[in-house]
Amino acid sequence: MDMKVDKKLGLKERYALMTRDLAWETTYQPMDKVFPQVTYEGIKIHDWNAWEDPFRLTMDAYWKYQAEKERKLYAILDAFNQNNGHLSVTDARYINVLKLFLGSTPPLELMAARGFTNVGRHMVGAGPRVACLMQAVDEYRHFQTQVHSISNYNKYYNGMNEFAHQQSRMWYLSDGKSFFDDAITAGPFEFMVAIGFAFEYVLTNILFVPFISGAAYNGDMAAMTVGFSAQSDEARHMTLGLECIKFMLEQDPDNLPIVQRWIDKWTWRGTRKLASVGMMMDYMLPKRIMSFKEAWEMYFEQNGAALFNDLARYGVKVPKCFVQTVAEKEHVTHQSWIGFYMKPDSTPFHTWIPEKDELDWLSEKYPNTFDKYYRPVLEHFDAQEKSGNRFNNKTAPMNCQVCISTIKFNDPDDPMKTLIRSKTYKGEKFHFCSLHCEEIFDAEPEKYIQAYISSHQVLQGNCAPEGVDTTAPDFEPGAHIAAYWRLDKAATGDFNGSEDQANFAAWRRQATSN
Amino acid sequence: MTANAFIAFQKNEESRAIVEAIVEDNPGAIVVEQPAMVKVDVPGRLVIRRATVEDKIGRSFDLQELQIHLITISGHLDETDDEFSLSWLS
Repeated sequence: MDMKVDKKLGLKERYALMTRDLAWETTYQPMDKVFPQVTYEGIKIHDWNAWEDPFRLTMDAYWKYQAEKERKLYAILDAFNQNNGHLSVTDARYINVLKLFLGSTPPLELMAARGFTNVGRHMVGAGPRVACLMQAVDEYRHFQTQVHSISNYNKYYNGMNEFAHQQSRMWYLSDGKSFFDDAITAGPFEFMVAIGFAFEYVLTNILFVPFISGAAYNGDMAAMTVGFSAQSDEARHMTLGLECIKFMLEQDPDNLPIVQRWIDKWTWRGTRKLASVGMMMDYMLPKRIMSFKEAWEMYFEQNGAALFNDLARYGVKVPKCFVQTVAEKEHVTHQSWIGFYMKPDSTPFHTWIPEKDELDWLSEKYPNTFDKYYRPVLEHFDAQEKSGNRFNNKTAPMNCQVCISTIKFNDPDDPMKTLIRSKTYKGEKFHFCSLHCEEIFDAEPEKYIQAYISSHQVLQGNCAPEGVDTTAPDFEPGAHIAAYWRLDKAATGDFNGSEDQANFAAWRRQATSN
Repeated sequence: MTANAFIAFQKNEESRAIVEAIVEDNPGAIVVEQPAMVKVDVPGRLVIRRATVEDKIGRSFDLQELQIHLITISGHLDETDDEFSLSWLS
């Protein structure tokens, strides 16, 4: 039955009628049995009706505007593909950023959809339930549209077709997977702080604003339209996250220490996750628009500071990791790219040493660190590669037990020293990339000892394709890993000399001559 | 120092009119053009008024249409039929 809504109703009345008025107090079962998950984290809520979505978006308006966004998006995708748009990107190296994005991002959107579906079920108030429902649908949409936009590239270039298989198996995808695994196995309020607040409000600007703006300037209309279309939902997601924080803090003063611990934890986890996004901006976009450092300053330091100053009236403190993230912003992207370059047999995307003008750009953007620490390393690798002695690290990486990043980041006090912290828990040794990750472990060790770490699984004989006898005396744990990952050899290693490079050049010649 | 509230839109003909309306209604607005997008910063509080947007765009305008062009926001949001505002209290 269609519901007739009086056109003269104002936004506030319409929102009240179409959300809160649709909820009811249960009678066959007590409310606490119907909503069993909202108390065990210790968050105290006295009045669920105090939660209001400031956008005051109702489901009918939601469908209308989302439908319009989808029509625009697919019209642009069709036009881009019909026009051989893949040949208009700045150069073929750019396509590798899509391969990394495809493996790391759409599967996490899907995880977010599952998380918001779950939290939408468990929140008691109609306001947050409706907002979570919208966000769950948004996240499915992001997953689908990202896969659709990249599927056209998959017709032409290597390394994209096994992203779904690789997501839960490959070493470098484990950090993002663990972030969402951690969040969706937490309670509903912690999930909201993890994804709604720390990730959406504090951090996703870095991924979807400067990076997608960069995709636009690299001629990738497909990624641009998908990214901006997703981002048009993010403004609503940020609002939900901030609203949830304010709601918890206003409901009861006892909520503050719990919320603060989650803010500290998830801001740090998100920061670690974004090192690879920063690397995409600094190293993988042939036409650069903004360094990771500049984006970090604009969206995290300035915007984050405004946010935390504002929340100080509730007693919220700036996350403990803030100082370290500021110190690291001039290091992490270089360490990440060098880390990937050193493992040419282990990723379904290509790496390369930046051209001279690109190295100069990095020197200019990172005056305190690039020439001193990183340019000499890249130039050394370049000389080795050109003399036929390309560096190849064949060992499995060591990972942080909490964020699953490879242990590669420097000691905040000494850029020449890799930071590694270790401790024994119940007779087993665990390693951490930072004090922050160690503290997260200490708060919930039984959770984090279960983390999936690819290197460990390989050594335990759990990463062999079907049919391989892992108990045979001559079984070598690392020998089958590429087959286990379904890693296409043509997609690995150096961009220079790759099939993608040759094909792109040949197709572009065809497209511009007779 | 008052922090900036900000909003960013995809660059297109509708957002051009919206940005013109913001500049008119918010003295001190700083418009930053970036590839494919435009970001507007205003110290303290940024307001978008339906009447001003309608004047610039030349038709009736529902503030919820902003959803289609939005990229990101910063500040506490409040939206009614006539005004969309973002503000920092400190």
